[in-house]
Amino acid sequence: MGKFFAAVVTLIALASAAIFALHIWWLPPDISTHGSRIDRQLNETMIVAGILFVAAQLALATFVWRSGGARGPIKTFPGGATPMVVLATVLVGIEILVLTFVGSKVWAGVYQTPAAPGSLQIEVQAEQFAFYFRYAGADGRFGGMHPELMNDATENFFGLDPANDTTARDDIVVGSLVIPVNQPIELRLHAKDVNHSLYVPELRIQQDIVPGMVIPLHFTATQTGKYELVCTQLCGLGHYSMRAYVDVKSPADFMQWLKEQSPAL
Amino acid sequence: MTHVAVAQSFLRRQVFSVDHKVIGRQYLDLALVAVFTGMLLSWLMRFHLGWPETPVPGLGKLAPTGAAGGVITPEYYLALMTMHGTIMIFFVLTTAPFAGFGNFLLPLQVGAEDMAFPRINMMSFWVTLLAFLVLLTAFFVGDGPPLSGWTAYAPLSAVGEDAGPGQGAGQTLWAISIAIFCVAQLLGALNFIATTLDLRTKGMSLARLPFATWAWLITAVIALVAFAVLLPACILLILDRVAGTSFFIPGGLVISDRLQPHAGGSPLLWQHLFWFFGHPEVYIAILPGFGVVSQILPVFARKPLLGPRVFITCLIAIAFLSYTVWGHHMFLSGMNPFSATLFSVPTLVITIPAAIITLLWIGTIYGARLRLTSASLFALGFVSVFVTGGLSGFFLAQPSTDIYLHGTYFVVAHFHFVMGVAAMFGIFAGTYFWFPKLFGRMMNETLGKWHFWLTFIGVYSIFMPMHYLGLAGNVRRYSAFTDDYLQPLIPLHRFITVAALFTGAVQLLFLFNLMRSRLRGPKAPNNPWEATTLEWSTSSPPPHDNFGGRRAVVTHGPNEYGVTGPGGRDYLMQAESQ
Repeated sequence: MGKFFAAVVTLIALASAAIFALHIWWLPPDISTHGSRIDRQLNETMIVAGILFVAAQLALATFVWRSGGARGPIKTFPGGATPMVVLATVLVGIEILVLTFVGSKVWAGVYQTPAAPGSLQIEVQAEQFAFYFRYAGADGRFGGMHPELMNDATENFFGLDPANDTTARDDIVVGSLVIPVNQPIELRLHAKDVNHSLYVPELRIQQDIVPGMVIPLHFTATQTGKYELVCTQLCGLGHYSMRAYVDVKSPADFMQWLKEQSPAL
Repeated sequence: MTHVAVAQSFLRRQVFSVDHKVIGRQYLDLALVAVFTGMLLSWLMRFHLGWPETPVPGLGKLAPTGAAGGVITPEYYLALMTMHGTIMIFFVLTTAPFAGFGNFLLPLQVGAEDMAFPRINMMSFWVTLLAFLVLLTAFFVGDGPPLSGWTAYAPLSAVGEDAGPGQGAGQTLWAISIAIFCVAQLLGALNFIATTLDLRTKGMSLARLPFATWAWLITAVIALVAFAVLLPACILLILDRVAGTSFFIPGGLVISDRLQPHAGGSPLLWQHLFWFFGHPEVYIAILPGFGVVSQILPVFARKPLLGPRVFITCLIAIAFLSYTVWGHHMFLSGMNPFSATLFSVPTLVITIPAAIITLLWIGTIYGARLRLTSASLFALGFVSVFVTGGLSGFFLAQPSTDIYLHGTYFVVAHFHFVMGVAAMFGIFAGTYFWFPKLFGRMMNETLGKWHFWLTFIGVYSIFMPMHYLGLAGNVRRYSAFTDDYLQPLIPLHRFITVAALFTGAVQLLFLFNLMRSRLRGPKAPNNPWEATTLEWSTSSPPPHDNFGGRRAVVTHGPNEYGVTGPGGRDYLMQAESQ
């Protein structure tokens, strides 16, 4: 039965690892400037974790295979516990150092650097169960947000006050994130009611949106096309349906699209 | 059954008993009811994910609003998910390995007659039961059961009815239930610590404590700090909900077109408090499993655990580090991104003691005379699934890769392997191992082995594919995959559903074995597995005072296997002289 256990563990380990290695299910192609670094970090982690996974499972399988039902003398592991401590500390320790140093750079590139000057500013309002996106309009300035004016029935999703606030009069509000390709974008994330999260797998971005906070997020898309943007923070019964599209256009198409939009209110 | 020192009524002996053995069994029975409840909920969820439009027979009658005609609504799906997580984490993974086995075995293993505070011990069980009943009540209240997930992120969990169905009485009952549960666990943890430190019998030095007792002691220390934080957090949440306070609710929230009458609170405060509890809770669930496996492997390998002192040192290191890692749940939460590195490093460092312990187990099997029973198979299976679950943690411990994987099924795969399945394997191993001591009867080994093989293959079929889903960007906590990019993943979801229904059905085999062996199993000898620790020195089940008026005197450590003992035995009992 020990041999059977060893065979099952080996089979599970190799089959599981093969599916990872063959990329049968894998990340969608990256369409951002920073994403390749995340992907490389993920690939390197996958190789290290994959080797440790197969090695540990095979060691377990081998030892069980060889000791199953044996009546011979009992053997102590050569060197006792010391090699185990050294092996785990050195192997895992090196991995931690490498992953942390390389990974921190990747993280810092996304989260600890400001958006490039001249980034296109877009305000995001997340609410149960939709995303809205606001562009500043011709004056280049956003109107103020007034919670008491926020109202889905009148479609005032951002609580704009165009009657008193001249900067709000030309603000454009749409239900898709339309952006130009190869231009740095800076989102400013707002939540109207509860926690939400904005996730675009292809762009390699994910960020919680927290009521009471304004959270910046910057990225640059490198390929035109339509991609799905979904909510990844449980926000109520319609959570599964909370999604929008990211529409990456050529700069000319984007300018054209922007011209065609009329002010929100 | 139990030998009684003083004549007492049945009610006093078997129901409102202060005997730690009765209380331990009561905890285990509660966990058994809870685990099958939680599993049934996961069946419904998995069925819905595979075949969202197909009605579940009979469910329409049971939940006329949540699943009219048997088809599960989105809000009912989230309620099932919330209750599944809450029941499993609190009432199974905390109750069974820690409170259940710990209560029954810890006093026996240290050679005590009972817990240090038997009445507090009894109270802790009845308070736990109360918490469970309060939670179940939430299924049947007005606007439906809570649906904020087991993490109950504020403000969704704090603002009340405006935020949608399930945010009324159901969510309040959830918070009350968890607060009550915290009280019970605090009482239990105190008792575990006091008993281990003060009631050890003659010769039972700390160095001679069995590994499982070490694990329960350290778990109790973790629980004492963790639940002491969750309790006030839940009280603040209840106050936000019913007393109009704003601990977790900021100003300017507009929900259902109504400006909320709150200001000044912080949603991130809830997350910090919750995860300050929540990450140590993972270790509350898994460390008893570490202890159980470390105690069981040597028994069936017929050789001592490799590096017993290293093992205990690693346990203590894990306990300390467990309080420094909670922020890895919050890399993307909007907290200061600079703190991500601060939380990432200890999260990665904690894998070192965990890896050492895993290697000690594997090294213990090297050159062993392995006896493969249901108990040892589950202990070996524990090592395998713990390795699998632990390694996927590397991806989530790094903020950079977490950007992509956070909020996907990769996380679901990770925590189910490392704390769900691994902890369950520890519970199964413990059940097959200690059943003779718990009930004085043996379990059926053939059924037990079938249970192991089918479960082992089953859990890999369920949870390994969830990694693949996560890599493909499949978001979790979705009741349906209407998104275009998720459509191609539906066949994989159906595979997982079939595997989950099958593996769940296999657990009925375990239930049958448990029930039948309890009533009709062959009588158990005192020490059927030839183990060393004190509980095997007394009768099966032990008398009311545990050692029948004698006081066990300990002369050896718990790790004396592969030696030349009296009568040609290959082990030395801890209380060998008697």
